[in-house]
Amino acid sequence: MNNSVAKEKIVSLRKKRSLEDMRFKYYGFTAMCLSLAVLVFLLYTIFSKGYTAFQKTIVLLEVDYNQEVLKLTPDSSDEEMEKGKFFRVKKQAIENFFPDLSKSDIKLVKKLFSINVDNEIKDYFLDNPEVINTKQQIWVTAHSDVDQLLKGNSRRDVPEDRRKLNDIQLSYVDQLVEENRVKQVFNNFFFTKADSRHPEIAGVAGSFMGSLFTLFTVFILSFPIAIGASVYLEEFAPKNRITELIEVNISNLAAVPSIVFGLLGLGVLLNVFGLPRSTPLVGGSVLALMTLPTIIIACRASLKAVPPSIKEGALAVGATKTQAVFHHVVPLALPGTLTGTIIGLAQALGETAPLIMIGMIAFIPNIPTGLTEPSAALPVQIYLWVESAERGFQEKSAAAIMVILIFLFMMNAIAVFLRNRFERKW
Amino acid sequence: MFFWSLVLIAVGIFSSFIYGRSRIKLNSKKQGTKSKSLPTYYAQYVLMWCLFPALIVYFSWAIFQEQIIQNIVISNFEFIEGAVYNEGLLLAEIRNVANNPSFADGKSIEIINAASHYSSLRQISQISFYTSIIIIMLLGALYASQKLKPEFHAQHTIERYIQYILIFCSSVAIFTTIGIVFSLIFESLRFFAEVSIFEFLFSTEWYPFIPIREGQTAAEGSFGAVPIFAGTFLVMVVAMCVAVPLGLLTAIYLAEYASQRVRKTVKPLLEILAGIPTIVYGFFAFVSVAPFVKAFGQSIGIDASPTSALAAGMVMGVMIIPFISSLSDDVINSVPQSLREASLGIGANKAETIKKVILPAALPGIVGAFLLAISRAIGETMIVVVAAGTAPNLTGNPFENVTTVTVQIVVALIGDQEFDNPRTLSAFALGLVLFVITLFLNIIALQIVKRYRERYE
Repeated sequence: MNNSVAKEKIVSLRKKRSLEDMRFKYYGFTAMCLSLAVLVFLLYTIFSKGYTAFQKTIVLLEVDYNQEVLKLTPDSSDEEMEKGKFFRVKKQAIENFFPDLSKSDIKLVKKLFSINVDNEIKDYFLDNPEVINTKQQIWVTAHSDVDQLLKGNSRRDVPEDRRKLNDIQLSYVDQLVEENRVKQVFNNFFFTKADSRHPEIAGVAGSFMGSLFTLFTVFILSFPIAIGASVYLEEFAPKNRITELIEVNISNLAAVPSIVFGLLGLGVLLNVFGLPRSTPLVGGSVLALMTLPTIIIACRASLKAVPPSIKEGALAVGATKTQAVFHHVVPLALPGTLTGTIIGLAQALGETAPLIMIGMIAFIPNIPTGLTEPSAALPVQIYLWVESAERGFQEKSAAAIMVILIFLFMMNAIAVFLRNRFERKW
Repeated sequence: MFFWSLVLIAVGIFSSFIYGRSRIKLNSKKQGTKSKSLPTYYAQYVLMWCLFPALIVYFSWAIFQEQIIQNIVISNFEFIEGAVYNEGLLLAEIRNVANNPSFADGKSIEIINAASHYSSLRQISQISFYTSIIIIMLLGALYASQKLKPEFHAQHTIERYIQYILIFCSSVAIFTTIGIVFSLIFESLRFFAEVSIFEFLFSTEWYPFIPIREGQTAAEGSFGAVPIFAGTFLVMVVAMCVAVPLGLLTAIYLAEYASQRVRKTVKPLLEILAGIPTIVYGFFAFVSVAPFVKAFGQSIGIDASPTSALAAGMVMGVMIIPFISSLSDDVINSVPQSLREASLGIGANKAETIKKVILPAALPGIVGAFLLAISRAIGETMIVVVAAGTAPNLTGNPFENVTTVTVQIVVALIGDQEFDNPRTLSAFALGLVLFVITLFLNIIALQIVKRYRERYE
């Protein structure tokens, strides 16, 4: 009797305990799934907000390249053609865009077109000078407001005063859609232009080049210094307090917030040394100092992985220590150090705060061509677009994030490839 | 200047190397003895003497040229009496005129004179730069070539030089730390000369407005950083509330329950989460989480602002998850297997083993991981800049707008940076606080982790 009660108690206790076990395992599983779900949701958000930015809306516009309006003749020189009065042609084209437009209507129609239309009309003419005195149907870029409306990013059912386009403009857009005079094509501007105040002609080319120049500076500075430092600490450094100080320093530096490095760049590189503001040179130097600890730690790990027998073999046949290290250990560790450097560069690519501190947040509407020219960088460009009130910039920022993520993904793929291809297992 | 000087230096490297090599061969042939080291070491010796002095001159020139020229131009500028000049604007104007003659129209005669002075100085500097680099390179090579005798141990010398270079590389980290500490302290001292340190640390009013024009007294500005510290703390707490359970449970699941295959797929995925730039999280917070938080707040009757501590903190928590999970994973894995086996051996099941044996054993390491995560959360910038707002708000309500140390640093330094007003300098004081706190947390965390490791080794 007593026995069976005890048994029952044990069985129920065991059941409870194993249920507890199951529950705990389930908690862990749920936590893991939640973390991964957030990752998926994050990527989904970026994609769903951003993919529309790879398309732009264009409108069919009939342009009359009349020589009187242009103030050109069929045998004008190239220089004269450059100075043709294309804005007058554009004005005329817009006035005749719909039949019988009143003055106030023309103003409204004008706002359907991008500011870049003048240039497009001009470029078309410079490419085909023979069109003078003819009427041409050309596709020109629509204004961002039209673009956003047709992509469904801005809603048309809100009250008129909270919309960018008023009712008359909406009816124009509808008419264009009905007559097939608008369509969506691949947005080449996004990849060929730098930042702009106008969303429809803003692109990532400028900030992409800025990021490339910055990364180049980071690589040039940090790779040799990191290799030198890790070779010294791993192979030559005597075990004393100074070495220990350096090591503690490196591990603490790895955890200093990036914004503090920005303050260092501002306080020392800009204010004391007077280097030019907003340039990849300064940005790269700051990021190099910031990523140095990461790269040093990776380099030391790969130096450590080279078996001592290699070095000892070299020493045994009469090499000096320097020769043994630089002729035998370092070349074998090189793939590992390169992998570490690329991972450090990937970290540098995504860093925003230090670049804001040294002024790379300035509005730069052209594509930089050198290390000492003011330029933007991809992450800062994203920040500027996220903060912008204009609706058209939101899809741009998501698309720029896609660009930066693809860039990061490629860098990591290269690092993994290098590691798998060249790293030896001893 | 940049490109051609690099070409110049490259030519110097190449020719000095060839020269050193042929010279030592010639010398040893003349004397009829073999040189003590291989010819390439003598060549390297010449190269180093040719290259390094030139590089030092190159960099110091690049760094100081502009400043020296500007100082000379300003000191020779014919100031009109009574007029007030802003030195920075004046210099910018002079530079513009000098670089682009079309800007000269309508500028005063002093500026045009100064501009021509400036460009002539630049030209002189340019020419003397090239000549001095060439001379320095030649002198270096000349000095080195005198030593190119067969009995000279070039290899020893080279190896000593390499040691110096390596030591220099390793001390860059120390220079960086010194640079950080000095720039922060120096500018902070300037800040504390105008704002008392007690006001900064203990007062609760943060209105960093400064008079725009001289003599304007309407807004004095007050710099009590307590609301900022409180905001930072609030965001950090929210972040840790998200990251600690998720990160720790994920780590436990991966370390104790998951199969090898799950581990192999999930770990790289978590690393992706860790590798995403913080501005991307900022975008995510701004576009998805903040509207959600606002809607949620309204549904339970709380008036949430569009940017809130909750939104920023939650996203920051997600960012920290991989950080906590990978550190805790390491810590849990380094708990000796014997503890696990002993516990299972006396009949405890897995959950009991983890809760009663492994976690207590791993506790110091896990606490260390949390401290590192806290220091990450405090120093994180972009998420809070985008999603937490800029209004200093002394509140414990996570649905409200708060601001953090990093946000205020960014706000103070965006736009015009005038280094003579406390608003700009406050960024450095806040940076100093941030640096000290994160450093402190790190040192403690590293100590704890180190002691923990030693215990089980």
